[in-house]
Amino acid sequence: MEKSLSNSLKFILTLALIVVIGFLLFLANKRASEYVILILNLMAINMIFAVSLTLINGITGIFSLGHAGFIAIGAYVSTLLTLPVAQKEMTFLIKPLIYPFNQIQMPFLPATLIAGLVAAGFGYVVAAPSLRLIGDYLAIATLGLGETIRIIANNAWSITNGALGLKAIPPYTNIYWSWGWAFVTVLVIASLVKSSYGRALKAIREDPIAAKAMGINVFSHQVVSFVLGSFFAGVGGALWAHLITTIDPKSFAFSKTFEILIMAVLGGLGSISGAIIGASIYTVGLEFLRVLESPFKIWFINFPGIPGMRMVVLSIMLIVLMLFWQRGIMGRDELTWDLIYKLFTKSARRRGVVDE
Amino acid sequence: MSLAGFFQHLVNALSLGGIYALIAIGYTMVYGILRLINFAHGDVFTYGIYFAFYAVVLFLMPWWVAFVFSIFATAFLGAFIERIAYRPLRNAPRISALITAIGVSFFLENFAIVAFGGRAKSFNPQTGIYPTSFLNMINIGGVRIPVLTFITIGIVIAALVLLIWIVYRTKIGMAMRAISKDIPTTKLMGVNADRVVSFTFMLGSGLAAIGGILWAMKYPQVYPYTGMIPGLKAFIAAVVGGIGSIQGAMVGGFILGISEIMIVAFVPSLAGYRDAFAYAILLFVLLVKPTGILGVEVSEKV
Repeated sequence: MEKSLSNSLKFILTLALIVVIGFLLFLANKRASEYVILILNLMAINMIFAVSLTLINGITGIFSLGHAGFIAIGAYVSTLLTLPVAQKEMTFLIKPLIYPFNQIQMPFLPATLIAGLVAAGFGYVVAAPSLRLIGDYLAIATLGLGETIRIIANNAWSITNGALGLKAIPPYTNIYWSWGWAFVTVLVIASLVKSSYGRALKAIREDPIAAKAMGINVFSHQVVSFVLGSFFAGVGGALWAHLITTIDPKSFAFSKTFEILIMAVLGGLGSISGAIIGASIYTVGLEFLRVLESPFKIWFINFPGIPGMRMVVLSIMLIVLMLFWQRGIMGRDELTWDLIYKLFTKSARRRGVVDE
Repeated sequence: MSLAGFFQHLVNALSLGGIYALIAIGYTMVYGILRLINFAHGDVFTYGIYFAFYAVVLFLMPWWVAFVFSIFATAFLGAFIERIAYRPLRNAPRISALITAIGVSFFLENFAIVAFGGRAKSFNPQTGIYPTSFLNMINIGGVRIPVLTFITIGIVIAALVLLIWIVYRTKIGMAMRAISKDIPTTKLMGVNADRVVSFTFMLGSGLAAIGGILWAMKYPQVYPYTGMIPGLKAFIAAVVGGIGSIQGAMVGGFILGISEIMIVAFVPSLAGYRDAFAYAILLFVLLVKPTGILGVEVSEKV
């Protein structure tokens, strides 16, 4: 029963999977239509968001609702760094951009990194006071912080161009950037979760007091998790901004956090592979749901498309998910080779193929 | 600032604070009983406005009938939401209930976009929604204040008195207070807990509808996201006052309303940040006294 795979085999399998995915992406980049490439990019970025939120919410048990705020910081910082100087002068009509930004233009990678670091730094500043709160209070405080970031973006005309937002952002994000960063995100967070540090985080999620009694420094662990999650949210925000090429404060409303929460819950709050699966299903599913908003025909009856129907279906989906299927696809388990192997042998045994 | 100007702002602040207080009570009562942040409460508030609007525009009811109709319809909407979405999760982890509440909130907002349209609907007396005489000005010591402001304050006070009476002087109110202490024991005493929870939701939603109608008369339009900002601020008010405590929600609502109006009045350059200001108050209170102003002393939680 407890036959598991050897570590070297697992490593080879993982490597093979990465190579296969890489090859498929390479093919997609060459052959697929622009629309498919856009969806693939969005999928990777959503994975970054969902995995980073899972680290904070699912694994450490900090119920944070401020993810959109960190995404906003990442998006704005990176955009201010990559926008050509001439474009900045054209965009900032109402109030000119403040000094350091109106001179700088830098390549994408450093801009993304700085965006992530700024988001992480902000996460650090914010974490210290809000992590003193617990449960619902923490949720509300983080929600408030996320909204505050959006309100500031709406009003700080000389930095963010206020409600008009930033336009004509260079479309740097491509398949390699987005999937590369998604890979880094998963790698970093998965190794963190697998380490003793990650076990400490899970212990904190289950019972902070018991974790404290075991000698875990609850506060510093939570801060690290929060800061790391914010970093990747910022990176994801940078990628997102350079994919859709226009951002304004409205894009970072609470509904952004809500979307990411659906992905994480769908996959199973507390599972990284679940977050990846959830993000993929959500991104693709959202495109299929477009059918609802365009006119369609069942037999002889023409149904006009109803704009906004997608979000209605999505929210019903979330409610139904929570009512009947709280654990999501993966629950708190990870999709490992062992698990696949076990499932495979189990179904084989049921068919009588494998004797024991 | 002249004394007259200050008085004008004060009256305005009281009417705004009163509306916040009405919404905040809905949050605080539900939290007191179920320990659930009812995220959908702000949207229930929006639906209260929509019900009143359509009752007048579509069903051609006289405005006062429409308002009463809206209060009851919203109350039933609140109870319905509880029955469908929250009751099955009463014994589930609290995070699940919270996520469900967020889901319900999004459903209500997006359903409103589909059903009522995303564009703002005008809620002004020209369409016959309420008498134009509400907008007449009363002159007090050189300050002109619309009748509406006084009507708002009057209705808020009446609603709060009625609520206090229900909670502290009736049998169902007693059951509500008992349930907020200990649900299993209260059930053993022969109280039908589900009915009391439903009633609590009805009461909170009805008050939200009153607040909504008053809000729509003050800021004369309604769109699917109307309730979001006042809902969040009322929630903040509930937390600031000490969530779970009705008196706390009232205090918090007035604190928020007054400070919001005064900050805009005294420092006009910060007007764009008036929504962020509420969060600043929230963070400050949470850090200094996480249970809110009246959170500990008031042991009675409803």
